Amino acid sequence: MLASDDARKIQLVASLAGESDNAIEPLLKAWREDALYLYEPTEGARVPVLLVGEKDDNDGRAAVRVDTGASLVDADGKSLRLVAADLDAVEHTSALRRAMKGVLDLLDVASPDRKKRLQAIQTIGFSQDAEKLPALQKRLDMENDAAVKRSLREAIAVTRLKDPAANVKLSALKELQELHSLSSYDLIRNAMRDAETVGDKQTAAAAKLALSAIDKHKSTINFFGTLFRGLSLGSILLIVAIGLAITFGLMGVINMAHGEMIAVGAYTTYLVENVFGAGITIPFFGFSLSIPGIHASGVFYQSYFLFALPLSFLAAALVGIGLERSIIRFLYRRPLESLLATWGVSLLLQQGLKLMFGSNNVQVSSPSYLSGNWTVNDIIFGWNRVFVIGFAGLIVFGVWLILTKTPLGLLIRSVMQNRNMASCMGVRTERVNMLTFGLGSGLAGLAGAFISQIGNVGPSLGQNYIVDCFMTVVVGGVGNLAGTIYSAIGIGLVDQSLQQILLNPVLGKILVLVAIILFLQWRPSGLFVTRSRNLDD
Amino acid sequence: MSSLSKRHKIELIAVGVIAVFFIVIFPLLNAHGAVSNFTINLWGKYLCYALLAISVDLLWGYTGLLSLGQALFFSLGGYMMGMYLMRMIGDLGQYKKPIPDFLVFLGWTDLPKFWVPFSSFPFASAMVLLVPGLLALVFGFLAFRSRVKGVYFSILTQALTYGASLMFFRNDMLMGGNNGFTDFKFILGYDLRDASTQRGLFIATALVLLVVYVALRLLSHTKFGLVQRAIRDGENRVLFSGYATAHFKLFIFIVAALIAAVAGALYVPQVGIINPSEMTPDKSLEAVVWCAVGGRATLVGPIIGAIGVNSLKSWASRAAPDYWLVILGGLFVIVVLLLPGGIVSIPARLKALWQRFKKKPAEPEPTSSGDSSASIPPASESKPSA
Repeated sequence: MLASDDARKIQLVASLAGESDNAIEPLLKAWREDALYLYEPTEGARVPVLLVGEKDDNDGRAAVRVDTGASLVDADGKSLRLVAADLDAVEHTSALRRAMKGVLDLLDVASPDRKKRLQAIQTIGFSQDAEKLPALQKRLDMENDAAVKRSLREAIAVTRLKDPAANVKLSALKELQELHSLSSYDLIRNAMRDAETVGDKQTAAAAKLALSAIDKHKSTINFFGTLFRGLSLGSILLIVAIGLAITFGLMGVINMAHGEMIAVGAYTTYLVENVFGAGITIPFFGFSLSIPGIHASGVFYQSYFLFALPLSFLAAALVGIGLERSIIRFLYRRPLESLLATWGVSLLLQQGLKLMFGSNNVQVSSPSYLSGNWTVNDIIFGWNRVFVIGFAGLIVFGVWLILTKTPLGLLIRSVMQNRNMASCMGVRTERVNMLTFGLGSGLAGLAGAFISQIGNVGPSLGQNYIVDCFMTVVVGGVGNLAGTIYSAIGIGLVDQSLQQILLNPVLGKILVLVAIILFLQWRPSGLFVTRSRNLDD
Repeated sequence: MSSLSKRHKIELIAVGVIAVFFIVIFPLLNAHGAVSNFTINLWGKYLCYALLAISVDLLWGYTGLLSLGQALFFSLGGYMMGMYLMRMIGDLGQYKKPIPDFLVFLGWTDLPKFWVPFSSFPFASAMVLLVPGLLALVFGFLAFRSRVKGVYFSILTQALTYGASLMFFRNDMLMGGNNGFTDFKFILGYDLRDASTQRGLFIATALVLLVVYVALRLLSHTKFGLVQRAIRDGENRVLFSGYATAHFKLFIFIVAALIAAVAGALYVPQVGIINPSEMTPDKSLEAVVWCAVGGRATLVGPIIGAIGVNSLKSWASRAAPDYWLVILGGLFVIVVLLLPGGIVSIPARLKALWQRFKKKPAEPEPTSSGDSSASIPPASESKPSA
């Protein structure tokens, strides 16, 4: 490394390529950035050193010998403090720097970190630099990880597209066709154009084949991706609508404040998060309520969501029960009026939330375990979406359990089927009404806790969901929980497919609304009709 | 119908006096400086709202159809008039181009085809009626054919309004997107910023309101009006008596849409802006509040409600901007629970209270929410669960 001859240096540097020694990277980096110095002790040869550690009072820093990694010590065994300005930086020419850059790139290919390796391989592949081929080949033989291996093959094939020899190009194209690599699409197209301009029909045809294979693969990915996104959107709809399926579907109460119940749940989660963190102060009608935080951290802090879930349910259920006792119970026989009164309540709640938490959105950090994703065959499954689907399943299961396996469920079903008869049998229908409404509202609160993890939390949060909620319940068939499940997933799938086809989320949404209106022409009482001989039903 | 009762005579006289006041005296006072331009503009706005409230009342109070789509028809009418007004700006916009500013901003150099005829006032006026009317016809036909009623009708109209507002929020709808239309300059060659133009618009609004009022009053005395109210109180009985209730409802739905559209068309030049936020289901519900507060199933009620609630809003948004929504929401809850008949029913209630008080002084004040005359038949409770 101390060789004075430039050509020799370049050769040396290049020979480092492909080695996976951790020391190489910081060294070369330092060299390029003029941070590698030559120390000339009073006797003996010159030693290249790196300066490490904090500067002391004299601008001096501890020095480390590059060749052995040991700290420089003076004759007495005390570590030497050297001042950067006093030392000569190791020189480098532009050719040398280029060589170093190449080595650095290839270094990452050998990095023990899988992610780094993948990224480096991709970068090299897209530079289409034939000089790097041997290193990639070498790595391919050593590599054990399937994904990295695939990526290496892709990079090699992409690089070979630039090869002047036609048969190499052809085999590269064939390889890419097999791999149906999405990222090389543009490069293959370029190769096809080049081949067409030179009149190389064989290559052009092979490129075309490769492109169509990739296209096919792409549409498969899109299909499954859409399916997955549709399923997760459907699950969100299901989560927000299942509470309404109970209050509106079973009880027949038009609760326009359902969206605000969701917001109450979301804000409860926000509060719980803050209590686990630094605490929070809430201004409320001139007073200010200060809640101290417990400054949790690590796993305990991450687990705040588990505590937030039951609390959100409780908070929303309490608000719901309050609403039922104070207003809705007077309006059971007047559904249109309950629509209007609950709209008034929704305005009150919105403004209340605004006054308490401000009109801006608040930040609810989602636990880190929700942020990753899982890629299978180029289809990305975000953890949060997987979580949504699982959560929806759990909620549906829970509701089913409550309604069919508990005494409360029995009472709820009896009152909803025939209130007078239930009342005659000694069921306290007033209390059952209250509890049913509480259950529906509590489910909305759960939905809110959940939405705080994937979307914005603001005072008008509920407004974004209320129309969707009603649509889902109406399409499913009022009074039928299973219908709500089917319609939520159906609407989710249709919405995402339309978005995929039209590439426009808003237009997709509008079309879904139109489709729903038309659907109700065909089946006015939704997917699942509750049979009744009553004409006004 | 043949001989007007005493009550109707009083009403006729009162309406006549008020109409003369608004159509003649109020603008005259303005011309002589006794009433400020701001006030007349504000009242012009209130009267537009009153028209909208009447259209809600025609549907809800008289026919039992709670439509949450009236704001859609209102703003559609407004948009059609707005298109004409945008064309009248000419090349006086920010970009000094002959096409509206937002189109220049979107990179258009020529006028899109559907914009061209809006340079003509008669065409725009026809569109004010045609577009909302046709939409009401199609939607109403579909909805009433499949017997969508009660709350389902409300939810569907809400979805329709929501979908339309999403559409108008888009820029490539070429209707101004988020910002809508604003910065109008001229109407029929008159400068919109002139006090006299605004006065003219005010008189026009008051006249339209009078015409609508009188027409609906006459309608409510005909057999049609009777069938209308019968549909509200027991649709199936009307159906079985041989009336095609769907046709009646469709007709009323269209008429209400047209009234709302005209109100919107009068509203836009007076307020000077129209954007998609006027189109949201919330705006429809607000109009329902005016109607409920004033007193539904009466014609005076919605007018009183619209003017009263909006005066309250003007006051509250200055005095306590944070609490306006609280007031509105609270007002609504109170009216629905305690005063289903609205402000108009207060005198009758007080009278009843007084009579009861005279009979039995110890009787506590009745607080029952009472049966509203407009309630639709109670929903059956025989719904099996899932």
